[in-house]
Amino acid sequence: MSFASFLNSTRRDNTGGAVTALRFTLLMAGLLGLLYPLVIVGLGQLAFPHQADGSLLSDREGRVVGSALIGQKFSGDRYFQGRPSAVDYAADAVAGSNLAPSNPALRQRAEADAQRITARDGVPPGRIPADLLTASGSGVDPHISPESAAVQVARIARVRGLAPSAVTALVQRYSDRGNLGEPRVNVLALNLALDGRE
Amino acid sequence: MNAMMLCYALLIGLALPLGLYMGRALDSDRPSPLDRLFGPVESVLMRLAGVDRRASMSWSAYLLAVLKLHLLLVALAWLVFMGQGVLPLNPDGIPGMNWDTALHTAVSFATNTNQQHYSGQAQLSYLSQTLAIVTLQFLTPATGLAVLLAITRTLLRRQPATNAGGGVGNYYVDLTRIVMRVLLPLSLIVALLLVWQGVPATYQGAERVMMLDGGAAQVIPRGPVAPMVAIKQLGTNGGGWYGPNSTVPLENPTGLSNLIETIALMLIPVASLIAVGVISGRRRLMMGIGSVMIVFSLITTSLIVASERLPNAALAGLVVEGSPNLEGKELRFGSDLSALWGSWTTQTSNGSVNAMHDSFNPLGGLGLLMDMFVNVTFGGIGVGLIGYLLYLMLAAFIGSLMIGRAPELFGKPLETREMRWISLAILAQPLIILGLSAITVTFPGLTGNSNPGFHGLSQVLYEFTSAFANNGSGFEGLGDATPWWNLTCVVALAVGRFLPMLVPLAVAGWLAGKRTAPQGRGSLAVESGAFVGLTAGVIVIVNLLGFLPALVLGPIAEQLVLAP
Repeated sequence: MSFASFLNSTRRDNTGGAVTALRFTLLMAGLLGLLYPLVIVGLGQLAFPHQADGSLLSDREGRVVGSALIGQKFSGDRYFQGRPSAVDYAADAVAGSNLAPSNPALRQRAEADAQRITARDGVPPGRIPADLLTASGSGVDPHISPESAAVQVARIARVRGLAPSAVTALVQRYSDRGNLGEPRVNVLALNLALDGRE
Repeated sequence: MNAMMLCYALLIGLALPLGLYMGRALDSDRPSPLDRLFGPVESVLMRLAGVDRRASMSWSAYLLAVLKLHLLLVALAWLVFMGQGVLPLNPDGIPGMNWDTALHTAVSFATNTNQQHYSGQAQLSYLSQTLAIVTLQFLTPATGLAVLLAITRTLLRRQPATNAGGGVGNYYVDLTRIVMRVLLPLSLIVALLLVWQGVPATYQGAERVMMLDGGAAQVIPRGPVAPMVAIKQLGTNGGGWYGPNSTVPLENPTGLSNLIETIALMLIPVASLIAVGVISGRRRLMMGIGSVMIVFSLITTSLIVASERLPNAALAGLVVEGSPNLEGKELRFGSDLSALWGSWTTQTSNGSVNAMHDSFNPLGGLGLLMDMFVNVTFGGIGVGLIGYLLYLMLAAFIGSLMIGRAPELFGKPLETREMRWISLAILAQPLIILGLSAITVTFPGLTGNSNPGFHGLSQVLYEFTSAFANNGSGFEGLGDATPWWNLTCVVALAVGRFLPMLVPLAVAGWLAGKRTAPQGRGSLAVESGAFVGLTAGVIVIVNLLGFLPALVLGPIAEQLVLAP
């Protein structure tokens, strides 16, 4: 069929032209692009206000200290430390490392991190839990594995002058068995509890 | 494997009733009790839009209506992206996007791809994320399904429709029904479930906090995230609120939210197959097609799950022996749930991610690429089955010749004009993906690679494959926010969307105008096991011929280098 006869065949249809398309577009943009999100925000704020606002955590004085869902950067020995982050836990610049297993830069980063962990917590290379040497996809993963928390307990207890069993008990309180995912510990919530600020 | 099998079982358990419902709700030729519920609202919408509900379009008018509406959608989105700096709903004061990234983004969302060369939380206002993006995230999957309905009425239905008036249906009526009866109700449910689990739903701007250790500031971006994430997953869209998509805890906070989002991304593609079986009356044919798709799905999913359980070679000797590959993965999902999502998202042309594909082990990356080459393992909403029909037409041509008959499909002769267009639609994929990849790697200044060696080639190949497959996921280390990447991807996006979707519509229209030959014992039996196998074979062979050399130079070579 030639292009001209193709166009001719469509002209016989009484199905509206550009004006219909434009009216339909604007109508749907209003319904789906404006009204639908508004309805969800309205219902969400009514039913689940805490989650709808970003699961913000406040300390005892009522100051917002973060989001339960967003990890923070911890580097002091007094705190449990999270996973490596490609963006240093900048929540407005979330990203993974995107390093391929064949990229030498990944090996270099992991070796440097492993040295630090060995010096800090006395875990020899070959014994470090994998999540402590791998950057998460978001760069703000709020969790570490129970094993990664366990290797840090002795240091936390020593620096803070606590009994290791007390620290372990606290870790267990902030652990999630992970019925629909992996077992995990929320690092920010745990550290807030350590400071007695939760 | 348990989690994987649970997800497959849950998927089929939910897709069955949904598919039966869609078969009743979307069949405009057969009145149903649902018309009483939805009819009044739909007729108001149609009157406001000035659509004559009873007018049925010819196939060519339907096709032109699709193109016309999409030109307007691109224009709307492009204008909103470039003008967002001075438009309302912009509490974080984000400036307008530059023209080429805005054009790429508009075409990317108008083609149901959602490939993103920007980070949403930092570069889009709330108006852009909702008015431009959410609107397109509804209308583009609806278009895929609408075209599938038109093809079903014209080519697949056993009894010709009584009141179609010789046309293939009305595009606007189809779109409205799909949105009102399927996409919007499901999105409302999923969005509220996601808010419950922790996905934000607010018009307030970002929250600024002082971090506990050291007191540095952390800016937590928020917004009406949940409504977008729901349709992102349900509509084989994939473009998320935050740059790294559903890896970000605010977009996918818990194990339950991950389960909901995983099922949602595969649900409608599977249900569509059942719906078409109901509407067309060709249940055996759809069963055959469904079994090929489920076998393809299980093969690549198993490959990817197995691959990500293997250690990351870069960490050998440092981490506990036998640990899975967790680079780029969130701890709450681990390797299995990340691999399962990666597999489903590339099979369905969804393209959302809950782990970074660039950091997958090479064989995992191979599985993801294979899923996108095939692109009919359930595939995008509507277009997955349409793409399968394209292969089925080719298989009917080959099969007829093998049994010594003049090529035919459902008793209609497949002639030169049909086969020319079918071949073009199938061959455009390797031509565009490999052609653009070859040009790009010829000029290393253009590639923007972040990883060296064979993986660098995989990054380029993945980007064009994802664009043509209308998938939208990426090996995200690639520096792709450049005019070169934006404009070449626009070509791959548009051709990859409209050619494989509209050629089968045209072929259906052409075949409908031909005389039906009586079916005899010597006719091609498209519902037989042998023909189902032949179609599967055609799909595998066409894709291997096109892409095996590229796979050898990319992920397979990378794997060989890493192997101890």
